Amino acid sequence: MSTYAADVAALARKDLRLELRARDTLPAMLLFVLATLVVFHFALPAGSGDDPAYGLLWVALVFTALLGLGRAWVPERENAALDGLVLAPCDRSAIWLGKALATLAFLAAAEVVALPAFALFFAPLRSTALAGVVLADIGICTVGSLVSAMAASSRTRELILPLLFLPLAIPLIVGGVGSSVSPHGGKYLLFLALYDGVFSILSWASFEYVVTE
Amino acid sequence: MSVAKSFPARAFGAVGLMAAAMVMVFFVAPEDADQGISQKIFYFHVPIALTAYACFGTGAWKALRLLWTREERYDLESYTAVHQGTIFGALTLITGSIWAKASWGVWWTWSSNQLVLFLVLFLFYCAYFMLRFSLEPGPRRARLSAVYALFGVALIPVSFLAIRLANDFIHPTVFTRHGAQMTHTMFAAFCVSWAALLALAHVMYRIELLGKRIDANLRDLREALTAA
Amino acid sequence: MLIRARDVEKRYGRAWALRAVSFEVDEGGCLLVTGPNGSGKTTLLRLVCGLAAPTGGVLEVGVDRAGLGFVGHESLVYRDLTALENLELYGRLYRVPERRERTGMLLERFGLWDVRNQRVSGYSRGMTQRLALCRALLHEPQLVVLDEPYTGLDDEGAGVLDRELEMLARERTLVVSTHDVGRIDALADTRLALA
Repeated sequence: MSTYAADVAALARKDLRLELRARDTLPAMLLFVLATLVVFHFALPAGSGDDPAYGLLWVALVFTALLGLGRAWVPERENAALDGLVLAPCDRSAIWLGKALATLAFLAAAEVVALPAFALFFAPLRSTALAGVVLADIGICTVGSLVSAMAASSRTRELILPLLFLPLAIPLIVGGVGSSVSPHGGKYLLFLALYDGVFSILSWASFEYVVTE
Repeated sequence: MSVAKSFPARAFGAVGLMAAAMVMVFFVAPEDADQGISQKIFYFHVPIALTAYACFGTGAWKALRLLWTREERYDLESYTAVHQGTIFGALTLITGSIWAKASWGVWWTWSSNQLVLFLVLFLFYCAYFMLRFSLEPGPRRARLSAVYALFGVALIPVSFLAIRLANDFIHPTVFTRHGAQMTHTMFAAFCVSWAALLALAHVMYRIELLGKRIDANLRDLREALTAA
Repeated sequence: MLIRARDVEKRYGRAWALRAVSFEVDEGGCLLVTGPNGSGKTTLLRLVCGLAAPTGGVLEVGVDRAGLGFVGHESLVYRDLTALENLELYGRLYRVPERRERTGMLLERFGLWDVRNQRVSGYSRGMTQRLALCRALLHEPQLVVLDEPYTGLDDEGAGVLDRELEMLARERTLVVSTHDVGRIDALADTRLALA
């Protein structure tokens, strides 16, 4: 069991190191999310109130995540490094988990900037909203990493990733917005936890089949 | 193959059931006091939806079998089942839209949870086809399609729950719909219709699968002949 | 018998990548695979590694992933990591004992010790190929599969590889595909020519 955790840690560390060197994905995500928030200011009619803004926050987060997810497997495509990982005796699901954790780190880093910016531009975020962000991030990164690997195999990879991912992201948006606006925020947090549980297990079990023949 | 022998029988059975369903729905079941003849759509809309679920479920089951046994035939079977499910899903949206127009005067409403669910599923399974078409035929395509089909089936209950939760803060205009207090004849008509649609789906599935298999065999044959 | 193949074939949809082949490789043996481009050499080697599964026939390989080392057309290393970091990662994943020592020894043997802290993106083709060999041999695999390993190597690199192959042929089981038959012909005890 501890070797599994060690494998995952080594793989996640590798991704963090690669991003620290290349420095292309994270700055792009940061700029994208800020630009999107500004666009939303102009997109919301006067007197809309706070609630639509929370909805748009979640749209911004999901699309920023998509930006990052589209780049997630690029290092593995170069030099066919993914083959190297698949040939290793480690569990294939560790490859997925390492990638999901690294993506989570990048998304969280982008949100460290985006959430205060949102609170500044639009409306304050309460604790259930923040908890919702954390839980939804987990769902986005676990499902997203798997779906991104699927898209990477396809001819039309940049085009197809949003198509594959967005229907799966709809429950996350519901959970996220609900935790931000609804008086029964806790209910939505539970729902997000359910989503995370179901889809993390499914992703963990099926990643093997996505990267092998 | 015994299936081949019983298949014409099944096909005729499906046609017969459909005819019986039509008779029951239009002649036997009483007209709804408020909605009149437009309510008859219900006898098709709900069974079509249920049949779509059955097709997606079959697709997911075949997908699981593919991943488990690695037998190539399950790929075609899973794909065909998902295809049928998508057709019935589209029909669900269409009949639902017609029903909404007939009942409430609008072509679309967000208040019908089932309708919204089918919209999400329709998007999901359209993406399934886009994924399939963007991959070269082979074991990779089979596996990725199978995994995505499994995700689809997991999405059905999760999405439904999400849509119900979303009603809290989306505040749709709620249209009252009469509950499922069906008389015995209405219920009988419903069941016959459902059985008929399931039989129809099964027959369509078999036909499409057969067609695809023949297609593949013909191609193999052509290749073998030109190579020789 | 470490590898046994009977009528192994591979097709992708309707396209043939490899037509039926049969062969056997004993433990400690050396199989030389030759053939023109497109004859399926790479496909066959990928099948032996388990990166692809045959669509027909039976292929039995008597080692698991931990006992297999592979060098393909691509180097399978990360461009933006250094040689040391790449081998560190693979060393962990392959659970190589005394990882540091082994890494250092291999880098030195293949003449990469001086550039060990440079990113792979700055390497020449020959250096990358040598790193790929280090990666494949890091965990002392029982079965070594090499797909045209001389590609991109200069004379010095080829000389290093010659020596390595001689040693590997003595100690381990080898499957090598190459255009450059002359170099490996002496080492091979089984030959497979694909059409």
